Amino acid sequence: MSLLRVENATRAFGSLVAVNDVSLSVAPGKLQAVIGPNGAGKTTFFNLISGFFPPTSGKIYFDGKDVTGLAPHQRVQMGMARTFQITEIFPELTVRQNLRIPVEVAAGLRLRPWISRRMRDEIDARVVELMLQGNLEDKANRLVGELSHGDQRATEIMMALALKPRLLLLDEPTAGMGDQETYDITRLIRKLHREQSLAIVLIEHDMRVIFHLADRIMVLTEGRVLADGTPDEIAADERVQAAYLGESH
Amino acid sequence: MKGPGQRSTNALVVLILATMPFWMQYVGGYTELATQVLVMALAAMSLNFLLGFTGTLSFGHAAYFGLGGYGVAMIIKYIAPSTPLGILVGVAVGTIAAMVIGALIIKLRGVYFAMVTIAFGQVFFFIAFRWNSVTGGDDGLTNWKRQALDLGFTRVELLDHALTFYYFVLLIFLLAAACMALILRSPFGRTLLAIRENERKARFLGIPVEHHLWLSFVISCAFCSLAGTLYALLNNFIDPRALYWGQSGNFVIMAVLGGMRSFWGPLVGAAIFVVLQDFISSRTENWMSFVGLFFVLIVLFFPRGVLGMIRRRSSQ
Repeated sequence: MSLLRVENATRAFGSLVAVNDVSLSVAPGKLQAVIGPNGAGKTTFFNLISGFFPPTSGKIYFDGKDVTGLAPHQRVQMGMARTFQITEIFPELTVRQNLRIPVEVAAGLRLRPWISRRMRDEIDARVVELMLQGNLEDKANRLVGELSHGDQRATEIMMALALKPRLLLLDEPTAGMGDQETYDITRLIRKLHREQSLAIVLIEHDMRVIFHLADRIMVLTEGRVLADGTPDEIAADERVQAAYLGESH
Repeated sequence: MKGPGQRSTNALVVLILATMPFWMQYVGGYTELATQVLVMALAAMSLNFLLGFTGTLSFGHAAYFGLGGYGVAMIIKYIAPSTPLGILVGVAVGTIAAMVIGALIIKLRGVYFAMVTIAFGQVFFFIAFRWNSVTGGDDGLTNWKRQALDLGFTRVELLDHALTFYYFVLLIFLLAAACMALILRSPFGRTLLAIRENERKARFLGIPVEHHLWLSFVISCAFCSLAGTLYALLNNFIDPRALYWGQSGNFVIMAVLGGMRSFWGPLVGAAIFVVLQDFISSRTENWMSFVGLFFVLIVLFFPRGVLGMIRRRSSQ
C-alpha cells in the first residue's frame, strides 16, 4: 500500500492553474524526486501535500486516510514533515533550542507548563542524538542565524526529523549551495533514507543529486505530469530530454 | 535556558524589591509609590508575556486590568467584605472576558490584532463610564476599603499599614512572576518562542498556532487582571481611566522602555515610568510630554530598552 497518494490534485490561483490534475503515489521507504523547470508547480504541489493550502480539486491520502482538509499541524501529527525552499528556522534561537521545540512536540509535551527532570533528560538526549546525526554537535549553542547556509539547512532537516516522520518532504534542499555543501547534504539525505527507511519526496534542480538518490522521478511542466518512472526510464525519455534535460544541460 | 547568571539576577531583583520601602524615601519616594511600582510592573510583565515572548502586541490590556479592579471593588462594596474573595473574582472576571474576546480575535495578526484589542477595551471603558448606578460612572467606585486578611490564627491589617500592604503585594507579585517564568521555561513556553520567531515554521512543526496564541493571551490577561485587583486595593478606588486605552498604551511603554526581550525589563520600565510620573507631575501638568520625550530617546538610542542596554554593556 502507498504511504502517500495524491489523486488528480489541481490548484488554481485565479486564472493561473499552477498544478493541473497531478497524481502521485509513494510507497513506504521510497525516495521520490519531483523535477521540472522553474514555474512548473513543484512547490505548489508540495504545499498541497503538506497542507499549506487546500487543492481546488482532487484528494490527498496519507497512510490510507483522507487528509485533504486537514491543517498542517494535524498532518505533522500523522507523520508528515517538510522543509522549505528558503530555509525556515528560528534564527534568534540556538541550534539546541531549534531542535528541542520539535522534539518536545513529537513527545506530546507542547501544552506542558512543566516537565520532570527525567523527561527533560530524555529530551536532551534526543536533541544531542539529532545534532550528532546532522553533524551539528559542535554548534549546539550557536544562534542558527549565524551559521553557514549548509548548517542552517542541516538544522532544518534535523528539525523535521525530530518530529519522527514517516514521510519527509524536502523542497530543494541544496538550493544555493556550493559543491561541498551539496555533497554533504546529499550524503545526509541518503544516510537518513537508508538507515531509517524513511519515505522522502524531494524537489531538486541538481541532476547529480536526483540520479544519485531517487527511486522514482516525476517530471512536471506547466503544472502537468510529463513523465513518471525510474531514473533510467526518465533518462531515456525523449519528451523529458526535449522539455527539460535538453534545455538545461 | 536559565544559567547561573540568571539566578543571581533573580536574587538581586528580589533583594531590591524586598528592601524598596526602606530606601524609597531617600530617592524622593514613599511606600505607596513603591507598591504602585510593583502593581504596574506586574501589569507590564503580563503584557510582555504576550508582547516579548509570544510576539503579539495587545493595545487593550487595560480592559483586563480594569475588569480585575472593578471585580474586587464590587465584591467588597456590594457582596462580601473579603479581600481574597475580591481578588479571586476580579481575576476570574478578567480571565473569562479574555477567553471570550481571545477566541474572537486570535486569527488576526499584527496591527489588526492591536486595533481590535483597543476596540474591545473601549467597550468596557464605555460600560464603566455610562453605567452610573453600578460602576459609579465617571466618578469611579468609592466608599469601599481593602479588608484585613483573616488567616485563621491571626488577622493582618492592610488598610492603615502601608508597609504591610506593600509586602502583601510583593508576595503576590513574586508568586505571579515565578509562575510566568516557569511557564516560559516549559515546553509550552518554548512553543510561544517558536511562534514569535517564525509562525509558519511553528505550524509545520506540529504546533496549532491559534490555540497556543489564545492560551498565551488568556494567561497574559489573567495576570494583568491580577495586577488590576491590586491596583484597586492600593487606591481603595477604581475609575474608568483604569480601563482606558491610554492605560494600555502605558503598559506597552513600560515594557518597551525596560526591554521587552528580557524577563525583568518591564519591571525596570514600570519603575522608571511610575517614579518619573510621580516626580514630574508634582511640578508640571505636562508630565506626559517629559515621559514621552524620555521614551523617544530610549527607543532611538537603546532599541532593546534600558535592561537590554545594561545587558549589552556587561557582556562586552
